[in-house]
Amino acid sequence: MTIARLLRLLGRVYIALVLAFLYLPIVIMIAMSFNVSPFYQLPFEPTTAWYAALADNRPILAAAWNSLAIALVAMLLATVIGTAAALGLHRFDFAGKRLLQLLLLPPIAIPWLITGTAMLVFFYGVGIGRGLHAILLGHVALALPYVVVAVSARLATMAPELEEAARSLGANGWQVTTRVTLPWIASGVVAGALFAFAVSFDQFVISYFLATPGEATLPVEIYAAIRKGFTPEINAISSIIILASMGLMLLTARFFRFGGET
Amino acid sequence: MAAVQVIGVSRRFGALTALDQVSIDFEEGGFYGLLGPSGSGKTTLLRLIAGFDFPDAGRILIGGESMERVPVERRRIGMMFQNYALFPNMSVADNVAFGLAVRGRPKAEIRREVGQVLDLVQLSDLGSRRPHQLSGGQRQRVALARAIVTRPKVLLLDEPLSALDKALRLDMQVELRRIQREVGITTIFVTHDQEEALTMSDRIGILSDGRLIQEGTPEDIYEFPKSTFVATFLGESNIFTGEIADGGLMLKDGTLLRAREDARPERTRDRLAVRPERITIEAASAPLAFPESNVVTGRVVSSTFAGNSRSYLVDSAGHTLKVIVPNDGGERFEDGAAVRLRWSRESTICIGA
Repeated sequence: MTIARLLRLLGRVYIALVLAFLYLPIVIMIAMSFNVSPFYQLPFEPTTAWYAALADNRPILAAAWNSLAIALVAMLLATVIGTAAALGLHRFDFAGKRLLQLLLLPPIAIPWLITGTAMLVFFYGVGIGRGLHAILLGHVALALPYVVVAVSARLATMAPELEEAARSLGANGWQVTTRVTLPWIASGVVAGALFAFAVSFDQFVISYFLATPGEATLPVEIYAAIRKGFTPEINAISSIIILASMGLMLLTARFFRFGGET
Repeated sequence: MAAVQVIGVSRRFGALTALDQVSIDFEEGGFYGLLGPSGSGKTTLLRLIAGFDFPDAGRILIGGESMERVPVERRRIGMMFQNYALFPNMSVADNVAFGLAVRGRPKAEIRREVGQVLDLVQLSDLGSRRPHQLSGGQRQRVALARAIVTRPKVLLLDEPLSALDKALRLDMQVELRRIQREVGITTIFVTHDQEEALTMSDRIGILSDGRLIQEGTPEDIYEFPKSTFVATFLGESNIFTGEIADGGLMLKDGTLLRAREDARPERTRDRLAVRPERITIEAASAPLAFPESNVVTGRVVSSTFAGNSRSYLVDSAGHTLKVIVPNDGGERFEDGAAVRLRWSRESTICIGA
């Protein structure tokens, strides 16, 4: 066996290990959502009982709808505001622009626990209080930098002559934006929107701080349920979410090539 | 009235003066080359005319109207960029239609106009292609079609041929002039390629350090450069310096060179220029056929063969002179050969520093 073949074999083993590390827990969780035993006991006996039970679990379902609605609205708001901000930063020079661009990044790095505490104190102080509206507001603020970064990255790849050519042909600002700029940055906007959705849908810490009893998002509700006693219903709802989000990702990847040439 | 008038235009970027009181008229239907080294201000001038930037001083008129505070989209210009800047998300036909579509022209009219202009640039069959499916020369034609379909008052070209390989570039030079003549559109062409400027332009403006150094027809500028910069930037020149003497210029070794008579002020007569192709090279021992010529003697330092011509570097009394001889089967001179160079008084031009 030559060294090259040995290296190739090692490479394959390495990739297999990485994939196993990433996906094995998820596969086991999905499998257990179809297992009769609530304590992960083998042998595996298939059942859909946990999915049936889930259909009757009102708090979890209500929380799931809350999460979905908040994630969608937060995605929409963050994408519109973030894209507009990225375009503004791209087009105009103004005092403090560099500072503003720099200030967009730290929120990504600040621990959510701290952001959550700060938001709770601030929202309480200015009278916004807690509840789903506060969660939505918090999620939009959290997701905004991701959208700005994704769209700005795409804008940076656009030759300035493209917009100049459009203007020289008589297009006004709105026409330049809708007919030339937006098509160019579309993949960045979609990527930013997906990030925004994911940031909101996954969010636990900030939602936990801003939620009121009886009105929670899915991660908060799952956490509460686990504290009361784990049931494979959690596996069931998690499996549904994983399949849905993976499907969404694959669909998007099918239509957009992120970062690449258009 | 000139199609485009630039009147005393200056533009500064911080401490750098990109343009310094430039005035130039572009006549209706003419093809103008703006030529200069990089950093000379030629692209700045083009962008000021286009309206991507505004002058700090002076005025720009297009079709007699002041362009002060008129944004790009209302100037009725057409522009071609170095990288073509075709819209990647649109077909060729949609790219060309863009300028008409944003003006809200009826669909049928757009289709007709686009069809006509694609015929003109010989791309009728490629209307449904995307830009990335085209060759460099085809993209070039699409960019041109897109720029002229709106019937702009002036066509601005920013080094549009520099991305093409040489053979294609020569084709496109001819093609571009054919289409420009057919449409009759005033065209301003920025280039750093002096040969391109010479072969294509009706008139050339030479810029250096933000100033318009000389403006005129290609022949005029080539034959009568006003300065050492122009004489050496546009083509090659041998420059002689010496003392002003009775009837000419006295070189260090006592040779007297006479220049053509023209209205040059006395102070510029201490610098003469002669083009390498105007010099005849012959053996120093040969009989002198034209005693009224300017004559110097020297030794061949090196020679370079270029197919249809051969160039010699000749060392003569402190000047290294370049001579270009057509490859007409005449005598060849080895390195070190003693030679005599002669050229007519008419070929000798007084230039400034």
